[in-house]
Amino acid sequence: MAAHPSAIGWVPRPRLFINRVGLWLFILSESFLFGAALSSRYYLQGAERPPEVNQLLGLAITTVLLASSLSAYRAEMSAAHGHLSGLLRNLAATIALGLLFLIGVGVEWHEAFIYFPPADPYGTVFFTTTGLHAFHVLTGVIALSIVLYLGRDGRFTHGNYWGVEGAVKYWHFVDVAWVFIYPTLYLVR
Amino acid sequence: MAGSSVAKDVGLRALLPLVKGFLFGVVGFLAGSGLVAGVRALMGQDPWKLGPLLVVGYIFGLVGWLLGVGMWDYWVREWFGLSRKEEPSAGWGRFFRFCTDHKVIGVQYLVTFMVVLLLGGLLAVGMRVELMTPGRTIMGPGTYNTLMSLHGILMIAVAVAIIIGGFANFLVPLMIGCEEIAFPRINALSYWLIPPVAVLLLATPLMGGFETGWTAYPPLAVTNPRGELLFLLAFITFGFSSILGGLNFLTTIITLRAPGMTWFRLPIFVWSILAAAMISLTATQFVGFSLLTDVLDRVAGTSFYNSTQGGKPLLFQHLFWFYSHPAVYIMILPAFGIVLEVVSHLARKPLFAYRWVAGSFLGIVGLSFIVWAHHLFTSGMDERLHLPFMVTTELISIPTGMVFLAGLGTLWMGRLQLNTPMLFALGFFFNFLIGGITGIYLADVPTDLHFQDSYFVVSHFHYTIMGGEIFALLAATYYWFPKITGRMFSERLGRLHFWWMFVTYNLTFIPMFWTGLHGMPRRVADYPATLADTNWWVSVFAFLLAASFLVFVWNMVYSWVRGPVASANPWQARTLEWLTSSPPPHGNFPREPEVVGSPYDYGIPGAVHAVVGAAAGASNGE
Repeated sequence: MAAHPSAIGWVPRPRLFINRVGLWLFILSESFLFGAALSSRYYLQGAERPPEVNQLLGLAITTVLLASSLSAYRAEMSAAHGHLSGLLRNLAATIALGLLFLIGVGVEWHEAFIYFPPADPYGTVFFTTTGLHAFHVLTGVIALSIVLYLGRDGRFTHGNYWGVEGAVKYWHFVDVAWVFIYPTLYLVR
Repeated sequence: MAGSSVAKDVGLRALLPLVKGFLFGVVGFLAGSGLVAGVRALMGQDPWKLGPLLVVGYIFGLVGWLLGVGMWDYWVREWFGLSRKEEPSAGWGRFFRFCTDHKVIGVQYLVTFMVVLLLGGLLAVGMRVELMTPGRTIMGPGTYNTLMSLHGILMIAVAVAIIIGGFANFLVPLMIGCEEIAFPRINALSYWLIPPVAVLLLATPLMGGFETGWTAYPPLAVTNPRGELLFLLAFITFGFSSILGGLNFLTTIITLRAPGMTWFRLPIFVWSILAAAMISLTATQFVGFSLLTDVLDRVAGTSFYNSTQGGKPLLFQHLFWFYSHPAVYIMILPAFGIVLEVVSHLARKPLFAYRWVAGSFLGIVGLSFIVWAHHLFTSGMDERLHLPFMVTTELISIPTGMVFLAGLGTLWMGRLQLNTPMLFALGFFFNFLIGGITGIYLADVPTDLHFQDSYFVVSHFHYTIMGGEIFALLAATYYWFPKITGRMFSERLGRLHFWWMFVTYNLTFIPMFWTGLHGMPRRVADYPATLADTNWWVSVFAFLLAASFLVFVWNMVYSWVRGPVASANPWQARTLEWLTSSPPPHGNFPREPEVVGSPYDYGIPGAVHAVVGAAAGASNGE
């Protein structure tokens, strides 16, 4: 797609390069948001953590989310190699793992309401940070679903697969954000 | 042209997208608040708690508004596998809908925020009426505080968005020689996020107003009437718009420069936008998060700032100023760019120390991230932090001073054309010098302990932002008026506006340093009776200052409609935007321009900045 519908005969800019720069800048911006959330946790609470945090569940959802990055990567590579069924299969797997993660967070919240509700100092940072992250996971799932829906006709496997690449890169970012959130909420002491 | 088969908007039909946006917004609001009420009822909670209804209803309403005003037709349909509609490429209806043309968006921003600027000015007039006499003059302290808070946030919004959203949108693609901004639809999105912000802010008085000023410090922000909640939602939306704008400008400047437009051939205005965009892309997330925590404390029962539950109100000030101090550089960096641009072209001199200025801009960006806590010297922050933040704050005066000296160096021995844009640029230097020097006393801990929250601070930042940025904004408005409208303004009225405004501006704000030194507190409707005389005069000059804008508005409106047609390059300037017609056509240039030299080589025989295709035959050599 050209930068703008205009047929004056300019040399078309490499659209892929523009999109990539834009996405990386977006990721840089978003990392400041998570930086604000994480630094608030240390400012308010230091490294305090109540003993009721469910370590097993935390480890489980972390594993699920990290596994989803693998399938996301495989989806992107399938698109790059023009492999339609591989693309659709891996996208579906990524979406399923993302939803599984969200269910895990839901269970976690259900428990957290009992031990450290939002009015509790740890609950404040816990609900805010996991909520912010879960919202990003949800937007990632929506983006991947749109890509899956549009990609059934093979548009990404024949040529320009930016749609897949963009959604997958964003998904990786959401995963990396969790890699910082998990130790901050579950492990430090 | 691809869009030529599309019918123009005719008559009132052109306003349909606005109506549609409004209706979709209402539907979205009802859907969102209904959803919350339903969920809360299912969970056995009171479904009619107003806070959550407002917040979720607003989010859905915002999405509905955006879809209605054109995002659905020209963008989102694609996500559902539908073909997206073709945008009209001409007609005045484009100004009232989701339109991706950067010049349309630039004009949308400029006109919108000029109106907001005048509105904020009217609120200031209201404040000065109250402050004419000590004690109660026309309003109670609560009303005054809401007026003051609204004035603050409206003017902050103007200062952040009018140059970047208006002039940078219009000019950056022209100046770097490309046909569009990198992400035109995101660009339109960031403009159409603004009207809901305005609606929310203007609705705050209906819900009890808000008294925190634009800084929204807790615990007051958490306990204030519900108007505060509308203000917080408005500010978050505005921040979102600002981030998207920053993203777009950075990507555009990095990837879309014309062939030959190397980094050190960029016009200095583009450098200043690049620097400001770096800040708005990143730091804005912090203010978004800080306001979000205020909202959560209000509606979700978290205790970020509830100290009985272990919350720490000081956290807000750190998060808030981590954005809001760099934000003053989002305001002033583009102003530097404008002023240097204007003095170089109108003094017919190469820009003095061009590379040092570009470096200074980046230095200011870097330093701006490590000075925020100078706003917290009297807030009870750990005293060991005082010295480091005092030092970093003062370090910023080095790159800022270099920019200032580069301006003076450019003027030195120049052949000055003392027309309206140049007068406003010179006014900028005068005012900004006063603003800069008085800032030193606020950066120094020993003096700041006394000046904090006094009128000395009020006067200082009005000298930097109003005397600085708004003067630069007016210089830009006059300088680029012929390019944007294709018409020429009245030079006589322009000069009248300048002298009227310059004199009354200084008479209004110089005495405020004095009242501040004598203990007049800011953000309070009252003051010691000994300061009555001075305040009476300040109010009188403030009214005269406000009246000077009548000249400006008349000149702009009349000239836009009836002014003489402007030539393509009325100032004989060398940057690329003057190498195309006034106003520029859809797509900006007849051919892709090729840049071959610096834009500032005045007085160098044979020097050429750019060539726009052999067919057009235009170049700007001397």
